[in-house]
Amino acid sequence: MSETVSDKIAAAPAIAAFARRDRLRAYEALPWLAAIAAYFLFPTYLPLGAQILATTLFALSVDLILGYAGIVTLGHAASFGVGAYTAGILAVRGWGEPVTGLLAAAIVAGLVGLLSGLLILRTRGLTLLMQTLVIAVLLYEAANKATSLTGGADGLQGMQVWPVFGIFTFDLFGATAYLYALTALFVAWLIVRRIVYSSFGRSLTGIRENMLRMQAIGAPVYVRMVVIYAVSAALAGVAGAVIAQTTQFVSLTSLGLDRSGTILVMLIIGGVGRLYGAFIGVPLYMIAQDQFSQIDPVYWFFWIGLFMVLLVSFAPGGVLGSLARLTQRWRR
Amino acid sequence: MTDIPAALETEKLSLNFGALHVANAIDFRLDPGARHALIGPNGAGKTTFVNLVAGRLTPTSGRILLDGLPITHLPQDTRVKKGLVRTFQINALFRDLSLLENVTLAISERVGIASNMWRSAGSHRAVIAEAYALLEDLGLADDALRSVRELAYGRQRLAELAVALALKPKVLLLDEPAAGVPSGESGVIIAMIERLPADITLLIIEHDMDLVFRIAKRITVLLRGRILVEGTPAEISENAEVREVYLGERTPT
Repeated sequence: MSETVSDKIAAAPAIAAFARRDRLRAYEALPWLAAIAAYFLFPTYLPLGAQILATTLFALSVDLILGYAGIVTLGHAASFGVGAYTAGILAVRGWGEPVTGLLAAAIVAGLVGLLSGLLILRTRGLTLLMQTLVIAVLLYEAANKATSLTGGADGLQGMQVWPVFGIFTFDLFGATAYLYALTALFVAWLIVRRIVYSSFGRSLTGIRENMLRMQAIGAPVYVRMVVIYAVSAALAGVAGAVIAQTTQFVSLTSLGLDRSGTILVMLIIGGVGRLYGAFIGVPLYMIAQDQFSQIDPVYWFFWIGLFMVLLVSFAPGGVLGSLARLTQRWRR
Repeated sequence: MTDIPAALETEKLSLNFGALHVANAIDFRLDPGARHALIGPNGAGKTTFVNLVAGRLTPTSGRILLDGLPITHLPQDTRVKKGLVRTFQINALFRDLSLLENVTLAISERVGIASNMWRSAGSHRAVIAEAYALLEDLGLADDALRSVRELAYGRQRLAELAVALALKPKVLLLDEPAAGVPSGESGVIIAMIERLPADITLLIIEHDMDLVFRIAKRITVLLRGRILVEGTPAEISENAEVREVYLGERTPT
């Protein structure tokens, strides 16, 4: 059997290429090289850099459900915020060890994602979109009212985050924060990449492309969606925790609709369902935001808006989508 | 005959929307290895029947048995795992994925690797090789790496069958396999259905009478959610009632 199998594959090189889609390509080193280069080139921008890296992790978690499983969500800040508050509350209550804080955030956010997923993923389309929104609003209000735990509208203050591994103190210049966020992003990327190229990941693509057919080939679609929703929530929770720990502050905005909306915008700018959309869209958006707000502190949001309109009109599919179309044209 | 459990059986299967009976106490039996056709005018409830049996719709009352065991309330994916597979009247494929991927997805579900989040899909070489072999067998290997979207419509209909066959069905429900295919080209599809292994039990829902009379050994005529008559092709073509409501439109007398 194994002989005939390898014969078949040897006989059809195209099939071998199909089987090796998951191999690492050279360009996949680019984001990491760029991130390391940025560390040395822009030492005064490291706090912003750490935010960008953590937000990229957040966008990556959204891509996993939106780009691969096709679950449109307007409430992913719920998971992000739950993670941020988990790490934050731990650090306020006397456990400031950052790495276990991230793990705790992943577990709590993952559980909240699992429960809400079980609840809402029976529905589809606009109903589902509304449900994701409702969950986020509920959590926002809960955090707003539970002032003794979360600090309510004043935000969670007094976080004491210990040095990473007991060695690297979070400094004022953001060097530790930057490398910490980079490491978290890298680990998350390894996990997401693994999932995306697994048989499970391919089945998610199937669900996105044609849910009806997935059911007809015997896929437990609901279970798959709940699982990936929980995984994505856990990753979003880590992103929230990284930002909480590196800024030593958590505010209600971490659960806000604004955040759910902007993360979608950033991901769409980069390109949805391409694994690297987050790595392009988030830096692009956040750097543009930073620059526009310096040049034009009053109307910077207008420029962001204009930029978005142009991008959506002339480059549907985001930066990566347009790149893919260009290379296809090139080959023909 | 009755001591062998039917491959598929329905007992008083009914689906009502208020006063509208889309399926009205359907007693239907499919013997193992059958080549059975379900025909009837538009709106007779043929596709509804397939949706009920496959598990996309839940019946108001009645039972469905697969191999003598009740499956009435099992979810669709469990029925597929038990060997009850359907195709769609309108292509329901993963249009932006390659043909090979379409079939690989189905095989991955069948062999149970599709819930594996860690191992690379590409490392399951045997699954990919099986998918490719199936495409070769059906004469589709040349298009293996094309996306379904790029294929001619007739080829897409064959792909629809390929995805179903990848699941190694025991009972295969073919919902208008030749729908939308120009009559000159339906021969390829008929030939493929004729070549299916004899142990696959077939139920074909079809409008194309050529196809029905070429393949079916028994025919059931459905009218307004109810079985009008069942018999051999000869009996059906002779039946006055059937001629009146259905074939009558086609036979000039």
